[in-house]
Amino acid sequence: MTRRLERGAEFKDWGTYVGRRLLQGLLVLWAAFTLAFIILYILPSDPVRIMLSGSGAEFANASDADLAKVRAEYGLDKSAPLQYLHALWNAASGDLGRSIQRGMPVTDLLGGALGQTVRLGLAAFAIALVLGVAVALGAAFTRNRLVRQLVLTTPSLGVSIPTFWSGLLFTQVFAFRLGWVNVFDQESWKSILLPALTLAIPTSAFIAQILAKSLSATLGEPYIQVVRSRGASEARVLLRNAFRNASLPLLTMIGMIVGNMLAGSVVVETVFSRMGVGRLTFEAVNAQDIPVVMGVVILAAAVFVVISLVVDLIYPLLDPRVSVRTARRRNAAPSPLTPPSPDGTAADLPSPTTATIQGAVA
Amino acid sequence: MPHSTAAPLLRVQDLTVSYRTGRSGLVPAVRGISFDIADGEIVSLVGESGSGKSTTALAVLGLLAPGSQLTGRLEFEGQSLVGATPRQWRAIRGRQIAFIPQDPTVSLNPTRRIGRQIAEAIRIHDRSTPRSEVHDRVIELLDRVGIPQPDLRARQYPHELSGGMRQRVLIAAALANEPQLIVADEPTSALDVTVQKQVLDHIHALRSDLGLAVLLITHDLGVATDRSDRIVVLSDGLVEESATAEQILHSPSSEYTRRLLAAVPKVDHGRLRWDAVTQTVLAPEPSRTPPPAATAGDAASADSVLIAHGLHRSFKGPRRGEPIHAVRNVSIRVPRGGTLGIVGESGSGKSTLARLLTRLSPVDSGRIVLDGTDITDITGEQLRQLRRRVQIVYQNPFASLDPRFTIARALVEPLRAFGIGTARERDERAAELLSLVGLPEDFAHRLPAQLSGGQLQRVAIARALANEPQLLVLDEAVSALDVSVQAQILELLVRLQSELGLSIAFISHDLAVIRQVSDSVVVMSQGEVVEDGPADILFNDPQSPYTRALLEAVPGRERMFASLPVRDETPITPKPLGPEAFDDLEAAHYLNSALSPM
Repeated sequence: MTRRLERGAEFKDWGTYVGRRLLQGLLVLWAAFTLAFIILYILPSDPVRIMLSGSGAEFANASDADLAKVRAEYGLDKSAPLQYLHALWNAASGDLGRSIQRGMPVTDLLGGALGQTVRLGLAAFAIALVLGVAVALGAAFTRNRLVRQLVLTTPSLGVSIPTFWSGLLFTQVFAFRLGWVNVFDQESWKSILLPALTLAIPTSAFIAQILAKSLSATLGEPYIQVVRSRGASEARVLLRNAFRNASLPLLTMIGMIVGNMLAGSVVVETVFSRMGVGRLTFEAVNAQDIPVVMGVVILAAAVFVVISLVVDLIYPLLDPRVSVRTARRRNAAPSPLTPPSPDGTAADLPSPTTATIQGAVA
Repeated sequence: MPHSTAAPLLRVQDLTVSYRTGRSGLVPAVRGISFDIADGEIVSLVGESGSGKSTTALAVLGLLAPGSQLTGRLEFEGQSLVGATPRQWRAIRGRQIAFIPQDPTVSLNPTRRIGRQIAEAIRIHDRSTPRSEVHDRVIELLDRVGIPQPDLRARQYPHELSGGMRQRVLIAAALANEPQLIVADEPTSALDVTVQKQVLDHIHALRSDLGLAVLLITHDLGVATDRSDRIVVLSDGLVEESATAEQILHSPSSEYTRRLLAAVPKVDHGRLRWDAVTQTVLAPEPSRTPPPAATAGDAASADSVLIAHGLHRSFKGPRRGEPIHAVRNVSIRVPRGGTLGIVGESGSGKSTLARLLTRLSPVDSGRIVLDGTDITDITGEQLRQLRRRVQIVYQNPFASLDPRFTIARALVEPLRAFGIGTARERDERAAELLSLVGLPEDFAHRLPAQLSGGQLQRVAIARALANEPQLLVLDEAVSALDVSVQAQILELLVRLQSELGLSIAFISHDLAVIRQVSDSVVVMSQGEVVEDGPADILFNDPQSPYTRALLEAVPGRERMFASLPVRDETPITPKPLGPEAFDDLEAAHYLNSALSPM
């Protein structure tokens, strides 16, 4: 009976929690939009001239009449607050304006490119996860100290390899020398392998670093010693007991990982000439196509908001010590008012995810 | 004793264990110890931190850290365990030799249901039994260790159980494969005294019910004498003495054992007093009826340095609308120049009370009057000035001293905060404070990492005294220390109180420690005062059932406090530790921090 009541309370808490977090997410989106708007439109410069000078030679000597026409088209003849409200209203109703370069609605452009990037990202993430987990587990299983140290240095190496270089190297070796894959055939699933691998290397190094550190910390926990004292093999200790707990910190880092991959896709998609969000960003920035840049900023912010919400909702399922209730309390009030719990468990809860993820957005 | 004839269950002979450390090569933790355990026998290993007792436990379980070196003989049922392969060890661990760990709050996997963890203990050694049978066995085990509603509990996670409950779960897991020997490493030192009694009773019962042998590792002589057939006293990796509990108590042969026994705080003795003439601390046996004129209660009502009335403090609870009342309607008086002991188990609100009395945390309602002035609502500069008059010392000196400050810098920090004196005067004051707490003056330039726990606690006390406060609040200030160091700190406090006229609020979970320093006592439970009064009256004739239960549960009751020689006969002279003690202490620290929590 009391259990059922508890469930009800939990469920209600869950509802209010999600509602609150969605509101917070909207706030983050609005802040990202506003900041980008201030930087791109309002800071002292003439966006129209920037747009026109960037978009091609035919506007190089634009007449005043032309300029006025473009200004009117983009609403830039109005006062700054009006422009802002206008753009905000449009954005809120799903209209991010038109690309100057291509003349297409920004939402269509982004929508078209997103699929490519999501495919690339998922493939890269899968490869990175396998590589990263393999390195971290390999280090944990290795008894020999020297070998373990050696294994543990590979991630720092992986992080420092620049993707433009590794991308070109892979293309040179696998596509041209060995001819295993055709990187230019966008239709073939094989074509995604090399860019995904290129993007996966720094990500896998990041995963390996975090997981290896967290694994070695977890293996030092008293409860691991207790499992050993029951006669468990090292494989059981590592895979059944330590791994799951050690991978929890990784979950909180997913926002950062996705962010890094989005940033990495700018280079990788350019190197491999794939038409994804990264390439779109590169071209938009190059051509100073301000509406598209704005669109990319909002998209990136939205991705972060969604991921951080999903991670925070999944976390209680994986770590029973964290409930939505405690998560909400932490988010709401970072005060030292945590009551001195009788057995001190509340004090050692893993840190909530939101801080890291919002840090990554900034 | 049965172990003299046939081969004993466990034989440890000339066991030496050394740890490899980065800097200095091999550090011996155990240096040639020997003892036997017969079937169904309970043997205690007793010692202070760094004595090698936990290392011995790990050696018996084959769980020494990789890189440590073991020599000597280690035999279980006549078979040598030295040089056993990992596979052989795995077959023994959990099935023949099981383990009960120290701190139940960190010894269960936090993300797995407890039923699954016990099932795993069975599954490791038995892969053929069907799932449902294993489940039934888990329920049966939980039931046997006295966990109510085992079906429900098996589905819960560790954090949903209390500390004592979790220790029972760990005992159930240890019993899962019906081992012959259980190694229990400080199984109750993280638990409240009443819970400790229940858990120890339970381990004790296992011997009589199941014929289990137990290797009990403990720092607490009271626990050891209550619970074991034989006691092995360890010091610095060597066996000091090995005898029956009775022999250890009545005719200890080693000097070390005698000192250890003398250092154990006695709950059946009176308050420690400083004798200025002989410069020693005396602990009189309490007269059954205290002289009415001298009761601290009268003195307190006549002159209290701090009076708190009706204090209340609550925190936001885990659920809306249900606040946790950490402190409820608490009224206390700290006698001027005397000590108020505040005793309670975890969750009793005693630490919250310390923060309220020092105004480190705001009160919800009630008044606090210090020396005639109401300090309940003062703020800003007034509150800052209060910090000169009221000081607090916490449990863990490693955490309460800045590791990058030299001792001198730490000691003058309170003076700098109030802009007192020139740099030179402050340095002089630091030297003065060091000698006041019995530390050599050249400690001024050391860093906290170069001092032992006991020395650091002396520094923490000296720092609290820097501005000559009227009231010193000590929150579990001796609880993390070894018993002999604890005795020294208690004597230091008694001396300082007598020399400086200090008023002290002394907070502890340990009744015996409270008994040694308090003039009057407040017993707290769940945020409320259960009983209060002069120490001599309260300890001799406790009124509330809770106080009686606490006194009942004090370890050592069964054998120790009934028969100990009167402490007056062996007055203890305070003995400042010289710097030469450090090399050993550092090694002890390293091992202590590696092996067992504070």
